[in-house]
Amino acid sequence: MATVVSTDRLTKDFKTGVWRPRIHRGLDGLTLDIPSGGVFGLLGPNGAGKSTTLKLLLRLLTPTSGQASIFGLAPGDVRAHQRLGFLPENPAFYDYLSAEELLAYFAGLCGATAADAKSRAAAMLDQVGIGADRRRPLRQYSKGMIQRVGIAQALVNDPELVILDEPMSGLDPVGRREVRELIMKLRDQGRTVLFSSHILSDAELLCTRVGILAKGKLVASGALTELTASGRRGNEVVASNVTDGLAASMAPRVSRTTRIGDGRFAFDLKTEEAVEPFIAALAAAGASLVSVQPLRTSLEDVFMESVK
Amino acid sequence: MTGRRIGLVAWHVFKESVRDRVLYGIAGFAVVLVGVSVAIGQITAGQDVKIIKDFGLATIELAGALIAIFIGIGLVAREIERKSIFGLLAKPLPRWEFVAGKYLGLVLTVVVNVWAMGAALFGVLAVLNWISPDNIRLSWEAPALDPHLLLVLVMISVELSLLTAVALFCSTFSSSALVSVVLTVGIFVAGLISTDLRHFTDLVVVSPVVGYIVSAVGWVLPAFSEFDIKSQVVHGVDVPGGFVLFTLAYGLLYAAALVSGAVLIFSRREFK
Repeated sequence: MATVVSTDRLTKDFKTGVWRPRIHRGLDGLTLDIPSGGVFGLLGPNGAGKSTTLKLLLRLLTPTSGQASIFGLAPGDVRAHQRLGFLPENPAFYDYLSAEELLAYFAGLCGATAADAKSRAAAMLDQVGIGADRRRPLRQYSKGMIQRVGIAQALVNDPELVILDEPMSGLDPVGRREVRELIMKLRDQGRTVLFSSHILSDAELLCTRVGILAKGKLVASGALTELTASGRRGNEVVASNVTDGLAASMAPRVSRTTRIGDGRFAFDLKTEEAVEPFIAALAAAGASLVSVQPLRTSLEDVFMESVK
Repeated sequence: MTGRRIGLVAWHVFKESVRDRVLYGIAGFAVVLVGVSVAIGQITAGQDVKIIKDFGLATIELAGALIAIFIGIGLVAREIERKSIFGLLAKPLPRWEFVAGKYLGLVLTVVVNVWAMGAALFGVLAVLNWISPDNIRLSWEAPALDPHLLLVLVMISVELSLLTAVALFCSTFSSSALVSVVLTVGIFVAGLISTDLRHFTDLVVVSPVVGYIVSAVGWVLPAFSEFDIKSQVVHGVDVPGGFVLFTLAYGLLYAAALVSGAVLIFSRREFK
């Protein structure tokens, strides 16, 4: 599988302060390969270096050291930009233009003829659900509508690689769902989607691969299935009529005990602990079984473990 | 493709400027000033044509300068401030094309305004020419519809193209629109007195070092004063063709150098 985006020890320092400038390392030696096709999620808490990475890939920032490439070309190379689309975080456009004019302008910059640019603009705006408002000035748009325009402009040149910086930001639940569906559609069309987010539920639903950044460093990376499949981590047993003494006596066999309510406890069994003897021991002490379910490592578990 | 992309950026600058309220404010101001010149002309016997020309041309230059400075500074600074630059530079648009397109778009805006106001001035002068009796017309130093006025408009257009280049240059390295405005206005005003600065020691008694520095500044600054042929044309004095050609070439070359500098700075600029 061809590599679309590649970084090698990519590092970016920022100077802060005027009188006594200090160096803040925004990105620290990022080495990453993103293969063609699928959805790659660049995850991390605020200030982890996600947007910095994307800006370095687009040559909006220049690296302090290290290298990056898109389609094997240096960041900023017009040939690479011809094949990608970008949605900035909290996008802003020109108030004086309508959505249709903006998209036609951007399509023209990507090489479309005037007539083609107009038809592409209309098609993209229909795709993101604001076709009916395409002739209204952008200054009259809500934040959610601007986000959709941002997505439409990122797709106006039919890109192979779509880079989305916090695409769910500012959207209501309906809007978020629509963007999720759009990303899935792009994936199904064989495009590569690289998006940054700190919303793990979205990433878990969408991503085939993820990279987790914390304080500028890549702390975990790989296929989502690989990261979460270190996989099953024991079982959770919920029981009622459990006395405090019984719960305490089970402590050596569980990794965590949670009191749910009066006499009701949830036990996370240790990986090596078999379910049946544990249930039998509870029953023998007079407790009643409520449920048993396997515990799997979620992206949130991986994330929390990685950024600790 | 390069020419097409630059043309697209330029066309959108023109479109943005035409839809900008600032432009209408400045145009309104220009209309008021021309109206005032007509009114003053009415109360100054025999001087009306001269006053209308003087006032009209000065108004065209001033309004054009305001457009070049206030819209010109906003062109790049506003793109950076509102972060619309992120989406734009992610398109297959080299930065030099972005800067060149912005510059040409603003020059187009300024020049269209200069010639539109010039056409209005010619309209006023044509009416005056039509209603004035022959004996009054013969007393004028230069005819009302003097074709040399077109030369003044050409000189103003090139002067303002140079001022636009100054505004663009200042806005590429400063992150504050206010600083860019102050710098541009400062350079413009200093440029208007550059001839005096060049001959500073002839005018003021100062130490040789100070005189040398002030004179050097006068030579380095864009010599906006050289473009001013209004008074000669209004008084019917001939302006040598060689001087006009030399000044126009100077303005265009200086503007090209400033735009090249702006490209150089902008190409290295980072956008956090």
